[in-house]
Order: sequence, then C-alpha cells, then structure tokens
Amino acid sequence: MSTLILRTASNYLLPVLLVFSIFILLRGHYLPGGGFVGGLIAAIAFVLHAFANGLDNTKGLLRFHPGFLMPVGLALAFFSGMAPVLVDQSFMTGLWFPQPFPVIGNVGSALFFDIGVYLVVIGVTLTIIFTISESA
Amino acid sequence: MLAAILLGFLFAIFLVFTGKFFRGKLAILSALIPAGLFAYFASFIPQISSGEIISKTYQWVPAFGVDLSFKLDGLSLLFSLMITGIGFLVFAYTASYLRGHKYLDRFYGYLSLFMAAMLGLVLSDNLISLFVFWELTSISSFFLIGFNNTNPASRKSALTALGITGFGGFSLLAGALLLGSISGTYSISEMLSMKEAIAGSEYYILAVVFIFVAAFTKSAQFPFHFWLPGAMKAPTPVSTYLHSATMVKAGIYLLMRFTPVFGDQEFWNTTLIIVGGITMVYSAIHALFRTDLKGVLAYSTISALGILVFLIGLGTKAAFLAAAVFIIVHALYKATLFLVTGIIDHQTGIRDVTKLGGLRKIMMPVAIAGILAAISSAGIPPSVGFLGKELTYEASMHAETFTIIIVIAIVLTKILLLWAGFVAGIKPFVGKLPEAHKDVNPPGFLMWAPAIILAVLGILFGIFPMLIESALVKPVVSSLGADASDYHLALWHGFNTVLLLSAITIAVGIFLYFFLKPSAKLESRIGKLEFISPKSITEKGTHYFSVFSAFWTNVFQNGYLRNYVTTIVLFLVVLVGYVMFGNPTVLIDYRQLSEVTAYELAVVIILIAGVFYTVFTKSRLAAVAAMGVVGLAICLIFVFYSAPDLAMTQFSIDTLTVILFVLVLYRLPKYLTLSDYKMRVRDGILSAALGTVVCLLALQVLAEPTNTELGDFYAKNAYILAHGKNVVNVILVDFRGIDTFMEISVLAIAAIGVFGLLKLRLKSTDRSQ
Repeated sequence: MSTLILRTASNYLLPVLLVFSIFILLRGHYLPGGGFVGGLIAAIAFVLHAFANGLDNTKGLLRFHPGFLMPVGLALAFFSGMAPVLVDQSFMTGLWFPQPFPVIGNVGSALFFDIGVYLVVIGVTLTIIFTISESA
Repeated sequence: MLAAILLGFLFAIFLVFTGKFFRGKLAILSALIPAGLFAYFASFIPQISSGEIISKTYQWVPAFGVDLSFKLDGLSLLFSLMITGIGFLVFAYTASYLRGHKYLDRFYGYLSLFMAAMLGLVLSDNLISLFVFWELTSISSFFLIGFNNTNPASRKSALTALGITGFGGFSLLAGALLLGSISGTYSISEMLSMKEAIAGSEYYILAVVFIFVAAFTKSAQFPFHFWLPGAMKAPTPVSTYLHSATMVKAGIYLLMRFTPVFGDQEFWNTTLIIVGGITMVYSAIHALFRTDLKGVLAYSTISALGILVFLIGLGTKAAFLAAAVFIIVHALYKATLFLVTGIIDHQTGIRDVTKLGGLRKIMMPVAIAGILAAISSAGIPPSVGFLGKELTYEASMHAETFTIIIVIAIVLTKILLLWAGFVAGIKPFVGKLPEAHKDVNPPGFLMWAPAIILAVLGILFGIFPMLIESALVKPVVSSLGADASDYHLALWHGFNTVLLLSAITIAVGIFLYFFLKPSAKLESRIGKLEFISPKSITEKGTHYFSVFSAFWTNVFQNGYLRNYVTTIVLFLVVLVGYVMFGNPTVLIDYRQLSEVTAYELAVVIILIAGVFYTVFTKSRLAAVAAMGVVGLAICLIFVFYSAPDLAMTQFSIDTLTVILFVLVLYRLPKYLTLSDYKMRVRDGILSAALGTVVCLLALQVLAEPTNTELGDFYAKNAYILAHGKNVVNVILVDFRGIDTFMEISVLAIAAIGVFGLLKLRLKSTDRSQ
C-alpha cells in the first residue's frame, strides 16, 4: 500500500489533519465537533501515516507509546472536574474565565474536559490499531 | 478526629514508599502510631465519663445523606482504647516476633490499615461510612490471614474468611439501605430518636435479620463461626489483634450500637439469646477436642463472643454491665494467651499442647503472664475475670424465661472456658521439660513485656475495679441506653447464689483440668463428626456452586463471537416481539411521516445494495468495503436529518472500523467456507426478524406523543449555564460529564484489554506453572 504518492501526501496530510482535528475539538462548543470526533480525526491522521510509511516510522514520529495518552487524558478530564472542588463547589461544576480568549473563545473547565476526551480517544484508537496491526 | 482515623491509612501509604527503612531495626518505631493514638483517645476519658458525647461531621456525599460523621461516646471510646492500646502492644511484639522478615514493612502496612479501618468503624455515626470501614477491616484481615502467601492453607483460610465476612458486609449494606429508607436518615444518632417508628415498621424484622447476619459473620457466631479457627493460619500477632481482641468484636459492637434502636423487642432478644447460647456452648465443647494451642484459643474466643451476644440478648441493665466488663476481661486475658502462645511457637516451633511442658524453667516471665491470664480467664479472684463472671451469672439468673437452662448453659460454658484457659496458659509451663526443649532460647524483652502488661492489668483491674468503673464501664452502659450510676463494681458481694455458682465453676473446672488432658485421640474423635459441621456443608455448597458455574460459563461463554451475537439477537427478538405481539397497537400515522425525496431514495438504494453485496460477495475485502458503504450511507441519512455531530462521528468511526477490519483480514487465509447453507439461512431469518422488530419498535415510538421537556431544558440552558451553543457537545462535556468520564474510562480499559490480550502472551515456560 505504500505508493510514492500516498507516502508523499501523507507527510503533508499528517500536520494538516492534526491541526484540523484541533480545530474540530475547539469549535465543538459552538458548532458541530468536539473532543470525541476530534480525537478520531487525529487518530485517522496517524493511521494514514502508518499506512503509507510503515508502523515503525509513525511510532518513531510519536516518540512515545500512544497508550500513555490514555492516563494523561483521563487525569486531565478528572482534574478539570476536581477544579471546582478546590473553590468549594461540587464536582464538575462548570468554571469559566470571564473574558473570551482570542482565537479560542471562551475557556472553561469543560474545555479541559474535552481535551481530556480528545487525548483518551487518540490513545485508545491508536493503541488498539497499532497493537492489532503489530500482532496480526 | 478525622486525622486520628486517617493516620493509620497515611502510615500504610507512607510505608509503601519508605518500607525498606522499616524492615530492620526501625520497625519498632511503628508502634509510636498506636501509642500516640491511645494517648489521644485516653485524653477524652474525663469528658466521656462525665456523660459528654463528642461528635464531628465532615461532608462526604451530602446529596445521598452520606457523611463522614464521627461520634465518640462510651462504647466507641472503650473500643478505640482497645484498638489502639492492644494495637500498641501488638505492634511492639511484632517487631520482635517477625524480626528480619522480608515483608515486615508490608505486615505493618496491613496492620495499620486495619487499625485505621477499625477505628473508623467504631467511631462512625453514619451507617454508610460504617459499612465502608467494615469492609476495609474484612479486606485487611484477608491480607493478614494470607500473609504467608506461599502456604496454600493460608490462602484458603484467607479466602474463606473473606467470603464469610464479605457476605456479612453485603448483608450490612442491605440492612443499612433498608434502615435508611425506613428512617429517612443514615445517621445512627438520629435513628435513636425513631425507635418506635422503626420497631413499628413492617420491615423491622428484615432489617434486624440483615444486621444480625452482618454481626454473626463478623463475630463468628454459629453457624458462621468456622472461618475463625481457619484464620489462625495468620501470624500470631494477627490472631491476637484481629481475631481475638478487636475485629471479631466488630459484630458485638454493631449489636451494642443498635441495641438502643432495635432492642427491647422479642425477636431481637430471643434470637440473640439462642444464637449466642448455642455458639458459646458448642464452641466451648469444641475447644476440648483440640491439641493445637491456637485451636483451643480460637474456639474459646468464639465461645466468649457467644457469651457477649447472649448477654446483649438478655437486654437488662445487669447484662449490659456484664457485657461491658466481659469485653475488657476477654480482651486482656485472650490477647495475653495468644501472645504467650506466639512466644512458645516462636521459640520452640511447636504449638501442640500434648508435647509441651516445663517451659517455666526457660521463660519465667512468659509463664507468669500465662498463669495470670489463665486465672483471669477462669474467673478466680482477685482477677477482673472474677468480676466479669459474677456479673454474667447475676445477669443470667435474672433472665425472664428458661432461667434454669440459661444458667446451666452459662455455667457449663464457663467451666469449659476455665479448662481452655488453663490448657493454654498453664499447661505448657508446668511439669517436666521435654528433652528436645532443653536448649530453647529465652524470648526477648519486646516479646514477653506486652504479655506481662496485659496480664497484670487483668489482675490490677480486678483488685481496683474503680479504675475502669466510671471511666470505661459505665459510659458503655449508658450509650446502650441504660443507666448504671447506682451500680458499683466490687470483688466481694457477700455470700449468695452467684458466689456459689462461681465456686462450683472453679472447682469443677479445675477438676476437669486434672482429669481430662487434651490428646490426639480426642481430636480424632471429633474429626469423625466433621462431615455434618457447618464448615463441611458450606465447603460442599461452594464446591457444587463452582462446578455449576463452570458448566454455566462453558455453555454461555463459549468464546465464539457468532454465538454471542446469535444469543443476544434471539433474546431481543423474542422478548421485544413478545411484548409487541401481546400489545399489537402499531398505529402508523402516515400524516406525520415526511415526504421521501429523490436523494433520500438514492441513499437508501445504495445502502440496500451495500448490504446485499456484503452478504453475497466472495471476497472478504470486498465485504469490508461494502460495509463501509453501508456506514457512509447511514452518515448521509444523519446529515439529511440535521444531526451533523452524529454524522461526523459516524464517519470517523466507519473509517477506522474499515481500517481495523482490513488490518485483521489482511493476514487471514483466502476466503474459506466456514458456514453451511443451513446456518446462513438461519442467520438470515434471525437478522430479518431483528430488523422487523426494530422497525416496528421505531414506528411505535413515533406514534407515542413525545416528551420534549428534557430536550427543551438542555436547549434553553446550554448557553446560559454552560456558555456553549452546541447542545450535543454541552451535554457531553458538561451536563452529563460524569457519564462521558465513565465512557472514556471504559474505552481506556478496552484498549488496555486489547493490548493485554495480544501483547502480554505468557512464555510457554510461565504458562505451565
């Protein structure tokens, strides 16, 4: 499956798709999108790269096992829920910065939760696909 | 107070990281923790004895009425002091008993975990938090019984103990929930004021039965007693601490705690008297047939717990007083006897009482401790045991019904317990020293000092009962809801029937000691009756249960995905079909259905073509691609009906699914025929049936008037409360964020599962083990 065209294209597609996945993640609050689908798109980007360049190259690019994204994402989601507890509100109350940030828009605990979901989804998808393709 | 309870947990966690420093000489420092806690709780004695009750509440899950609320009254103070006081001695003793053990730090970790859990149990005023601590004691007990985890017998005993006490814990939770729904609160203090309402409830009996099962399993009452002798596989410090002085009394504590709520009812009192009575006589007789010192002590402990249950059942003021005193008596002498047994075992390596004798020549301090404890256990004046026995007899003589039977039972029990105490505390030290033990080393100071301290306290409290009277005993009685201010503990009450009974007990007991020696012959005689004991019956039950579950699992969990899917689909079709067939009101309201447009029709045709192609193609890869087509067609339908979020997700998922399939199928051999014609027809019919049922279901749902309340709420509040305009996403990350959190956790677990299944294959050498 590693044709020259696909290989060349995938090198450019990977960053573009990753930026697109982050775009999808961030727009989720106002428009269709969100952490789950964003994570899937990012995972597809890596899988496409792996198809074109071989699994080992993609793994070299990642530098760490995608499985590590799972605990990181879970922790991020959990602590975004715990943050309100620190200011004496109950678990998972939404907290928001009063002013919207440029480009990103409103930033609150829900955004961090969504980023956590994003990371977990990438981690889960890549772990499953990489593991199966290695041992199949 | 929270800090005092958490200290043990924190220390256990601390040991995980710093364990290697505590394995050596520093081990003794661990004893500072219970010592400090003991001092802390002892400082409350003046307040408590003047009738105060100290309570502290920390919110935990206020929405469900679950709080970390703690209450220190007479009852919890007595238990706290026992837990920390005996804990201190056991911690110190362990430093010497397990000196140089590879996992000494781990042992201390479990011990302090247990101590913290037990403190939490006796101080909790909230039933749910009490349940949590209750379970923690069972779990730490499991680890401690199985501490010698290379020994299969230890592991089995640990499992039995966990099984029985876990069953009790389950029952406690059921009882707690039931009580919570009767009284509307989980706070035990608040339940006290609702005694009448609870007693009048139709669920009173059920709630009491649940609490009984919890207490009887934990406190080893007949017929749940058999885990306790098994638990003697644990190192002796554990037997001393958990299985005689503290944990097994958790059930007693629970009964005492609930006496003011449930008490004074015939069912409550009669059951406790019967169960306690049977237990105390049954296991006191059993003790006669043991030759292992720890076996004798285990059965006499069960018997003593039976006496306590029995006294709580009597339910009079005198009985409560006797119970309070007997808890102290038993903790002191039984802990001493266990420590003494541990020393003998540690120095000689033998616990068989028929082979021991004359050890006083080697370990005089231990002999003194043993003999003093035996005296207290026998209830010979001036020990505190005498006080306990007098009060017990006094209380039994005033039982309302069957007084004669009750008095005979209790006197018989006490005679046998005297024998057991003498066998464990005196017999190993008197007579001739066997040749083999001539050069046994004397034990170290750290080992015999705790035993001596406890034994001397047993005599001291007897001579000066005022030491414990108003400080410990009376507050306990008052927290049971009785007033004991007019009672005075004293050794001498004049000549009366009780004194006569005491004299008979001591005389017959000593006579028995001289004429009935424990022997292997006696032990084998009781072994013949083993097949009808609760232990064997339960073990058989568990055996058949596991045989049955193996059979059941093999039938249903056969490992073929196709069978699982067939079962699930068949079940769904039959169940839903049955409901719809019994209620055939499928009203299709054609006016509600929107018109079919040309592009919708086109997509549906593509979809159907995809399905047929998937089913009939000869190539696996083509089938996967066709499935992708089906998925994308569904995506388009989502787009038509304005669900872009769903469409995007479905699109990505479909892409990944196809990739995943290709990855797996790529390596498989060329198309093989794995199913015959009949199977395919069967599967086809089943799928068609499922499709029909789901279709009918959808139509029926459409015919129902829709409730849009929830949708309206989310739509209205998404921006106001959560600053988001995309309602779907706001629901996912904010309104129902905990659901999402659980889902991503499940995803992560699934990924770990896949990784584990495929990567962590055992090497063939490991597998055979």
